[in-house]
Amino acid sequence: MIVFDQVQKSYQVDGRAIPALHPTDMTIENGEVFGIVGHSGAGKSTLVRLINLLEPPTGGEILIDDENITRYSAAELRAFRRKVGMIFQHFNLLSSKTVSDNIAFPMKLAGIYSKTEIRDRVQELLDRVGLADHATKYPSQLSGGQKQRVGIARALACRPTILLCDEATSALDPQTTQSVLRLLSEINKELGLTIVLITHEMDVVRRVCDRVAVMDGGRVVEMGPVSEVFLHPKHPTTRDFVFESESIDSQEMQEDLQKANGRILRLTFKGESTYQPLLGSVARASGVDFSILSGRIDHIKDTPYGQLTLSLIGGDLEAAMTALEAADVHVEVLR
Amino acid sequence: MEALLSNVDWPEIGIASWDTLVMVGMSLLFSVLAGLPIGVLLFLTSKRQLLEQPLAYGVLSFVVNVLRSVPFIILLIVMIPFTVMLIGTSLGVAGAIPPLVAGGAPFFARLVETSLREVDRGIIEATQAMGANVRQIIFGALLPEALPGIIAGITVTAITLVSYAAMSGVIGGGGLGDLAIRFGYQRFQTDVMVITVALLVIFVQVLQMAGDRLVLYFSRK
Repeated sequence: MIVFDQVQKSYQVDGRAIPALHPTDMTIENGEVFGIVGHSGAGKSTLVRLINLLEPPTGGEILIDDENITRYSAAELRAFRRKVGMIFQHFNLLSSKTVSDNIAFPMKLAGIYSKTEIRDRVQELLDRVGLADHATKYPSQLSGGQKQRVGIARALACRPTILLCDEATSALDPQTTQSVLRLLSEINKELGLTIVLITHEMDVVRRVCDRVAVMDGGRVVEMGPVSEVFLHPKHPTTRDFVFESESIDSQEMQEDLQKANGRILRLTFKGESTYQPLLGSVARASGVDFSILSGRIDHIKDTPYGQLTLSLIGGDLEAAMTALEAADVHVEVLR
Repeated sequence: MEALLSNVDWPEIGIASWDTLVMVGMSLLFSVLAGLPIGVLLFLTSKRQLLEQPLAYGVLSFVVNVLRSVPFIILLIVMIPFTVMLIGTSLGVAGAIPPLVAGGAPFFARLVETSLREVDRGIIEATQAMGANVRQIIFGALLPEALPGIIAGITVTAITLVSYAAMSGVIGGGGLGDLAIRFGYQRFQTDVMVITVALLVIFVQVLQMAGDRLVLYFSRK
């Protein structure tokens, strides 16, 4: 468990303290995939680097599995860092080492593994990330997705309990992003590894994260389960991110709503109710006519969800809303 | 042909060439041995680096700058008492090596510092995140990543030392430079001058080609 207790970080610039992270409380459970989303400069890079103390905090305490890592000696810190893997936006592989040697590097640095242990582990990891055929290549001979796979294998070499991902998919094309995210999800499930992932894409959060923190201006402005934050965003920054990921132009949407007649509702289906032929039966029973203004059906991690914006005319509106809510649909009256 | 090169004493040219090789080889060896750690220290103690230490950097940088700003011909003369103290003579091949190292090492140190700066900061950060200590970061990541740049630096230093070694002929340093000055310049034997210059050009060409090949071999980018 990673616990932030009033953790803050500021940088000294020309004798003035510029805050990068305002005092923050946060708890990340073991085994969860925790997303941190924010625009560049929101403080998410700082936040993730506080977890392995690449950036020491200027205040507060960081507890990992009940140990206060801010009080570690230099040697203790180095031992601790071996248990925290990290992958990067630009992969940060050593260009002078082969794929195998890159993966073996953290084990060699640790100095506690035998040659055979290292060789076996490297082979295992190469198989795990699907790069067994590329063992003797140099990073410059690999594609971006392959490089990130090497990065992941390297991060896993010393069997860490936490994996930090710093914009790990931001330099990759959409298809490669998919496959890297799938790999991260698999690793999380198979190894029970805690993953902390920072990104500026809400879509990445939607696909792999259990919980998310939204950052803006060095503060966490919203935090909660992804489905909650994603489907019912409260903070304006969160809304921007959600709209952006769904390619919704909020201005256009307002204009569309103005043209519609009657009451406007937003229905959110989650889990099984997504697949039920609910709308038709409710409309028939209550005599309400509806037209769909916008909608989408997708997945949040493994959970299907649907979100529909409807305009409703005539019939018994109250009865329709009650019936929908009874079927576990979240109903929001927009107008 | 015989008449054209009437002044050229070939055995003498052979000895002088060998002397130049020895002077450049030995001074290059010591320049690298001294310059590499100085370059690494310059890099590590500079701003926003692992061992940021403004005072240490300032002192080191000042010493390097002083040695580099003294024209080599002056450095040769200034170094004479020190060279005599160190190896007993300021003449010949042996006497030329200390001033050559004093000129070559700081030059090479700067080249090392520059090539270390070229290493992606992210690689240092990643290595730190793996729990590496400073020694491991230097030998495991920084130096291997900067190797092509360092080899290119060794090549440039070697070529500079060829010209420095020739200059040492002025104070009796031996080698091709000495030959060129004593015969080519002072006795107006143009043929000797042409031969020594031609040999120096060939020497530099060979060094550059060998250096380029090594850089290519070690470049994985």
